Amino acid sequence: MSNVDYKVEVLVGLEIHVQLCTRTKMFCGCELAFGTEPNSRVCPVCLGMPGSLPVMNKQAVEFSILAGLALNCQIPSFTKWDRKGYYYPDLPKNYQISQYDLPLALNGYIEIPTDNGLKKIRIRRAHLEEDAGKNLHTAGNFSQVDLNRAGTPLLEIVTEPDMSSAIEVRTLAEELQRIVRYLGISEADMQKGHMRFEPNVNLVITRAGQQFKTPIVEVKNLNSFRALENSIDYEIGRQLDRFLETGETMEMGNKSTRGWDDAKEVTVLQREKEEAHDYRYFPDPDLVPVRVNEQWLNEIKSRLRELPSKKRLRYVKEYGLSDYDAGVLTNDRTVADFFEEAVKAGSEPKRACNLLTQIGLKLANARGCAITELGPKAADIAQLAQMTQTGEISATAANTILEEMVKTGKAPRELAEQLNLIQKNDAGELEGIVDEVLKSNPQAAADFKEGGKKSGKARGFLLGQVMQKTKGRANPKIAAEILDKKLA
Amino acid sequence: MDKKIDKSQVKKVAKLARLELSEAEIEEFAGQLNAIIDYVERMNKLNTEGVEPMAHCLPVSNVFRDDVIKESLGTEKTLANAPQSDGPFFKVPKILEES
Ligand SMILES: [Zn+2]
Repeated sequence: MSNVDYKVEVLVGLEIHVQLCTRTKMFCGCELAFGTEPNSRVCPVCLGMPGSLPVMNKQAVEFSILAGLALNCQIPSFTKWDRKGYYYPDLPKNYQISQYDLPLALNGYIEIPTDNGLKKIRIRRAHLEEDAGKNLHTAGNFSQVDLNRAGTPLLEIVTEPDMSSAIEVRTLAEELQRIVRYLGISEADMQKGHMRFEPNVNLVITRAGQQFKTPIVEVKNLNSFRALENSIDYEIGRQLDRFLETGETMEMGNKSTRGWDDAKEVTVLQREKEEAHDYRYFPDPDLVPVRVNEQWLNEIKSRLRELPSKKRLRYVKEYGLSDYDAGVLTNDRTVADFFEEAVKAGSEPKRACNLLTQIGLKLANARGCAITELGPKAADIAQLAQMTQTGEISATAANTILEEMVKTGKAPRELAEQLNLIQKNDAGELEGIVDEVLKSNPQAAADFKEGGKKSGKARGFLLGQVMQKTKGRANPKIAAEILDKKLA
Repeated sequence: MDKKIDKSQVKKVAKLARLELSEAEIEEFAGQLNAIIDYVERMNKLNTEGVEPMAHCLPVSNVFRDDVIKESLGTEKTLANAPQSDGPFFKVPKILEES
């Protein structure tokens, strides 16, 4: 291969499976349960017994429409169910109920932050389907099957190949996680496999004025953000190397499927039977279609809430928070709601933000609980913040008090008194203390009065003495004012 | 009239449906499938302009249930009809490739 200059453009589209947090399965009343006894949440519908009939879970359909709306999709007034051929024992019907040509949501987009501002990634479609059970591979010459997961409602979201780097894909996946959590339609817990990713990756290589597209590779079944990002980065390098070596380009039928080896950090070609993609979809005669009229759609629309990206921008604009702080607060809806409640209750936004991000989140993480479960209510946070705002306590003292509030469940003012953290704001009392300090430190007082080089240092020293005498409880602003007046 | 479905296509469809057919059956089903295709071709000649495709034969939609838990069979009953089980699991021949 000659050493010609070339330009590489990366194209990635993503399929995301999101497990919805309904109580029951998609087409039967079996409970969705994680980590319970194998095959305990199974009924004739999950087993595909002859004569059993699936019935749609209304909540799952509404959750999916809600997601479609949040992703700026069109919601068609008519959608239906199809059977997709599937021949593995973790779905005993020999087909998966899915949606083929008439999905619940179409043609939307999601906006993700990039270095060049917000980027729109088009959503091709979103449809509902049922999950399969679990095949467990044992050491012996057989496999074990657990059908507890079979029939779990999954929302499959498919993007257009609009992402041009691994980090963009990760950003989109994380944004989507925030969105479905905000909407309350999925716990989106990666550890429990609530989100699974399948990126489609290929490259457009421009060399000597000619464009070459590399064959598309689909990476299957990724269940962490890290695996998603790393597998795409790996594929970009692998496809470029392969193109430079063989010149192979995209053509009919050379799309391939690869798996991700987490330990070796490489993608591995998956051999598939040639008929693997012959799904032979056809309309499911057991399930009637779904018609979405305007009234129902409006009712679902009314459940839409402000999405994280919008909230983040608003926090910066309305509350004057930094982009970073706004990101931390809006990452989790519970935290954002708690923060706004504290602000409504009278806290300055920045004070509530500092208390929650510097202390609250730290304590909640350490305890593995939500910030709302720590004990203090938003009104308590507001009271604490107000005590700082009025100078009753220092900002440092507020942090200490919040930690104690969580530990003891006591009110902020009670703790401030108990811990001797109320600042001395009484100008008369502070004046006496300043006088004493000046009297016992005549040299520093003289240095300060004289001005010049030593002045600043002397002032700092005198203020330090005042703080020491008051055990740190003098309001530094008031103390400084008195000192400056006395030695002016 | 030339046959639209030959024996190799019957074999392929049978393989996809995991069906084992004898030579005689392949012959028989090829004939039946051709008759079906012929019938569909006759219908294709009809003028369907302005007719909406039918997704379901019942004039019914939106049959839902509420998201309320119903009792499942439980592990023992679930496995009762299984040819083989292993503890609380169905036991099946080793699956070599993942879907
Ligand atoms: Zn069931």
